Amino acid sequence: MTVAFMPLAAPIDDFALARLWSGRMWGFLGIAALVIFVLVPVCNLMVPDGNAFHISEYTVTLAGKIMCYAIVALAMDLIWGYTGILSLGHGLFFALGGYAMGMYLMRSIGLDGVYKSPLPDFMVFLDWKSYPWYWKFTQNFWYCAMLVVLVPGLLALVFGFFAFRSRIKGVYFSIITQALTYAFMLLFFRNDTGFGGNNGFTDFKRILGYPITASETRMALFMLTGAVLIGFLLLGRYIVMSKLGRVLTAIRDAETRVMFSGYNPVYFKLFIWTLSAVICGIAGALYVPQVGIINPSEMSPANSIEIAIWTAVGGRGTLIGPVIGAATVNLGKSWFTQAFPEYWLYLLGLLFILVTLYLPRGIAGLWGKKG
Amino acid sequence: MGKGGRQRVCKMRSALLLAVACSVSYFISAALALPAPAIKDLAFGESDEKIHAIGTLVGSGEPAALLFLQSLLDGEVQTSGEAIVLVVKGDTAVDAYTGKVVTPLPEALDDVVVNNRMRLELTTAIAALKLSSPDRAVRLAAARDLQNNSGDAALPAIDAALAKETDPEVKGLLALTKASIDLRGGDKDKKLAAIRALGLSDTGATKTLLVLVLERKGGVYVEPDAQVRAEAQKSLAAVDKRLFIGDIAARIFSGISLGTILLLAALGLAITYGLMGVINMAHGELIMIGAYATYVVQSLFRQHAPAAFDFYPLVAVPVAFAISAGVGVVLERTVIRHLYGRPLETLLATWGLSLILIQGVRTIFGAQNVQVENPSWMSGGFEIMTNVVLPWSRVVIIAFAASVLLAVWLMLTRTRLGLYVRAVTQNRSMASALGVRTPKIDMMAFGLGSGIAGLAGCALSQIGNVGPDLGQSYIVDSFMVVVLGGVGQLAGTVYAALGLGVMNKFLEAWQGAVLAKIMILVFIIVFIQKRPQGLFALKGRAA
Amino acid sequence: MSMHVFPGLPENSPIPDSQISSKDTGISDGHLLRPGVDISHGGILYLDSISVSFDGFKALNDLSLVVDAGELRCVIGPNGAGKTTMMDVITGKTRPDSGTAYFGQTIDLTKLTEPEIAGQGIGRKFQKPTVFEQHSVFENLELARKADKRVWPTLRATLDSTARDRILTILETIKLAPEAGRLAGLLSHGQKQWLEIGMLLMQEPQVLLLDEPVAGMTDDETMRSAELFMTLAGEYTLVVVEHDMDFVARIADRVTVLHEGHVLAEGSMANVQQNEQVIEVFLGR
Repeated sequence: MTVAFMPLAAPIDDFALARLWSGRMWGFLGIAALVIFVLVPVCNLMVPDGNAFHISEYTVTLAGKIMCYAIVALAMDLIWGYTGILSLGHGLFFALGGYAMGMYLMRSIGLDGVYKSPLPDFMVFLDWKSYPWYWKFTQNFWYCAMLVVLVPGLLALVFGFFAFRSRIKGVYFSIITQALTYAFMLLFFRNDTGFGGNNGFTDFKRILGYPITASETRMALFMLTGAVLIGFLLLGRYIVMSKLGRVLTAIRDAETRVMFSGYNPVYFKLFIWTLSAVICGIAGALYVPQVGIINPSEMSPANSIEIAIWTAVGGRGTLIGPVIGAATVNLGKSWFTQAFPEYWLYLLGLLFILVTLYLPRGIAGLWGKKG
Repeated sequence: MGKGGRQRVCKMRSALLLAVACSVSYFISAALALPAPAIKDLAFGESDEKIHAIGTLVGSGEPAALLFLQSLLDGEVQTSGEAIVLVVKGDTAVDAYTGKVVTPLPEALDDVVVNNRMRLELTTAIAALKLSSPDRAVRLAAARDLQNNSGDAALPAIDAALAKETDPEVKGLLALTKASIDLRGGDKDKKLAAIRALGLSDTGATKTLLVLVLERKGGVYVEPDAQVRAEAQKSLAAVDKRLFIGDIAARIFSGISLGTILLLAALGLAITYGLMGVINMAHGELIMIGAYATYVVQSLFRQHAPAAFDFYPLVAVPVAFAISAGVGVVLERTVIRHLYGRPLETLLATWGLSLILIQGVRTIFGAQNVQVENPSWMSGGFEIMTNVVLPWSRVVIIAFAASVLLAVWLMLTRTRLGLYVRAVTQNRSMASALGVRTPKIDMMAFGLGSGIAGLAGCALSQIGNVGPDLGQSYIVDSFMVVVLGGVGQLAGTVYAALGLGVMNKFLEAWQGAVLAKIMILVFIIVFIQKRPQGLFALKGRAA
Repeated sequence: MSMHVFPGLPENSPIPDSQISSKDTGISDGHLLRPGVDISHGGILYLDSISVSFDGFKALNDLSLVVDAGELRCVIGPNGAGKTTMMDVITGKTRPDSGTAYFGQTIDLTKLTEPEIAGQGIGRKFQKPTVFEQHSVFENLELARKADKRVWPTLRATLDSTARDRILTILETIKLAPEAGRLAGLLSHGQKQWLEIGMLLMQEPQVLLLDEPVAGMTDDETMRSAELFMTLAGEYTLVVVEHDMDFVARIADRVTVLHEGHVLAEGSMANVQQNEQVIEVFLGR
């Protein structure tokens, strides 16, 4: 992945957008932005249904969903592809962001639930009389938006601090993160935890006062997701091109050398780990209003490990790779699970095996060889 | 009832045995020994007369009284007209006074109504009668019945039985029952004596009795006498202490049981991961395959050799081992061997393998759980304390795990394969240079680890559901065991598995299963802070 | 040996005089001094009664050793004598079971982490050369360069022309200028050794711990290494662990012989070679 460094090139003395990417890359990004912010909205909202150029609600939702997954894969790439830490718990951060947003969406249902109660239906069902303390202020959108960042961020910070400080690395770290998400899944499955148990949150009605199923709301969410994805691509590029990015890759390749060079890997790992978790949380928060449901199965170990395969398929250690990977695998999945539902797991399993055995650099790696 | 009567009974019995159906005949033979007024009162009298009659019958101590009362309780005693009392079983009716078979059945029969009060008295009376049975098992069962629902009517019978009883267990139960009856109605001295007697018991029921004595209603004690209350307090403490010990023993046992299951699940992992450094996420699926192999063996036995069904585990154990080991070897040869030294890639590829195995089993056996039936010698259990029952299946699995552990230990320390495995673990290139065929050793060690997973599956099939997702639920736990136990040490795995098992059960009793799991995870993370290499890691010179 | 063989070393003396702490000014060779390291008594590394055991095996057994500032010390000894473990203790990788390790008069090495010790000015080269294989040679040096190595400053860091010149100078020193843009993983074994030494120099340390620095080098490279190390001595303190006796004889001021975790003999190479015990250990009975 390393860009061959020209020692005699001009010193990198300031942060300039032009240096982040080649002109061709900026061209691609521009086209992507054009599609997301102009083409899709026009074809969805303005071109009438039935017209050959019409883009259906289903397609928009699917594309929005896949962009959320792409953000998650990007976050995974920062921690795994660049820093060499394979997290098997990123689904947890995604789900926590989703739940934080879900709390706001549940509060926004107001009295329109099945039981016409100010409490969510599942609380009425449990015979609860009032909101538990941790639901306080969640009727406020901005408070929940803060939770979206803080909850996954703080959890990652605390967990990461202890794990990295005691030098848990490699497979050990992966296994511990898997156990972490597993434990949270069990916790959220409990009705008493206060997040709707098995069923999680669903039946949302509105967001910021707009009806959540309206075409315009969907389109706004879609465009927001696109903007966030492009934003995180830029941020990711800035990070990996910085000296910090080189330290991260150095940690991946020779951590002891990094230590003996005077960098404390704990804090570098903690930085990128926490950032990665926050990015996941934000992706989850964008995902929930578009898909309309969040439940504990998002925290299952299988979900988290699937994130790794999106990243691996697309190509670790490149930024565009995870986006390609998330899109390819998930488009394949939504087609396959409809056409041959019983064969999807075989295909997914094979994908895990073949990519690790024969395509370690992923699709982006193929691209790189040609160019 | 004189001697002559008894002789006549014997004659009658032998004669009638030839004539009528067994159960009826026995009743008939004894019927003549019963006092007729009591039967009349029971059939036609008022409630009080009936209860008195029950007392009379119990006092008679006749075996036939038991049968008659039982029939009454079962609704088999019917009347016809004003005088005839019949015991009707199916199509046969027997006159209660004479013991003669009545054919044909009279047209108009009325049930003798047994109300709730009667029912209670009858139950007690029957139990009291059983107490005088010469058969210890019958007496014990009766004493247990009495303990659970005893009416005052049983008191004389209990007193009588207490005087005669020699068996300590039966006697203890009876004393307790007497105490609980005394507590309800007796005077102060009786109450005090009863409370002291209760203090010697260790069942949950007596505890409730004592708690009742100390109950308060609206701030006032139900029991007015302070001395009685103090005595109850003392006895309660004694009972609590013994119950607590029993409770602890039960939890330790279930913890060890869980621990051995974790051990079986993690032992194979300790070999593949601990010794070979291969992180096999499909390990759980190898367990699952072992369980399905057991299921298939069991089904074949049921179909083709139902007589030998009890022996199917003898076949299932080696078959489960062989199939899982075979699958493991195939996985190693086709995928895992290409990934040695790349643990994260191995993790992902083996996860892929696990998905394929799960879906494969779903395709073959269906997504539903299948039922594996225990052989008869594994059902049931034995009681080590009054409130602690150890199920045989669990006991067998503990023994099984111990023998698997022993076998693995012997294999690693006493055989050539073990020697080679240890050599390859310590220094692959040196072992290779000395002529050890490392790829073959890798394959065999992986097969061994996989085979042990199969054995774990075989054991798991005896205590839980067998389904395609079986392995998924064990993989996280087994990795926790290996992480906690440290790499490359069987001892660490054993201590970690048993420790986690027991800890899990105690936390579970305290905070529920889910929070227990979470607490254990937190514990492991904190523990690794202190000992990053696990319990039993070899400290080594860092390269 | 002229300054021009290893361009940049003495004249780019990393620390301006103004940074020298006032209490150290009594020492004549003041350019050795860094803030924080008190070498007022002449010694820069003090190991006292260090013991380390691994599962009953005593890797270090009551080891005591003093290295003077500016010295070039060679440590020799048979395999398993504890040479690498000694370096592990100095660099914070291994905590001693007992004993003390001081850097200068005041810095307790047993209380610091590896990065902290590196930051204090102890650089270490491993037995097996470890460089960042997926980075270019230039980037390797850039990452090693003495700088604020906390997270945020690292994210914001830019490469100014002074730093750039310094890297180019070191590239010349380690003869890797033509390879500057190549991935370090593609270098030969000897080149990796040199790159690692170059990275240590970029750290501008006080003490360089070099574990078998010339293993796998050609004779020519070994020669150049000897010259380099002798240039560095005085400017830096060097502790070199080496098996190549000719190399040791060529460069060492003083030699310490380790055996079974403690110091068997210490002195000039000639002295040590005369020592009965040393002969016994090395040649066997």
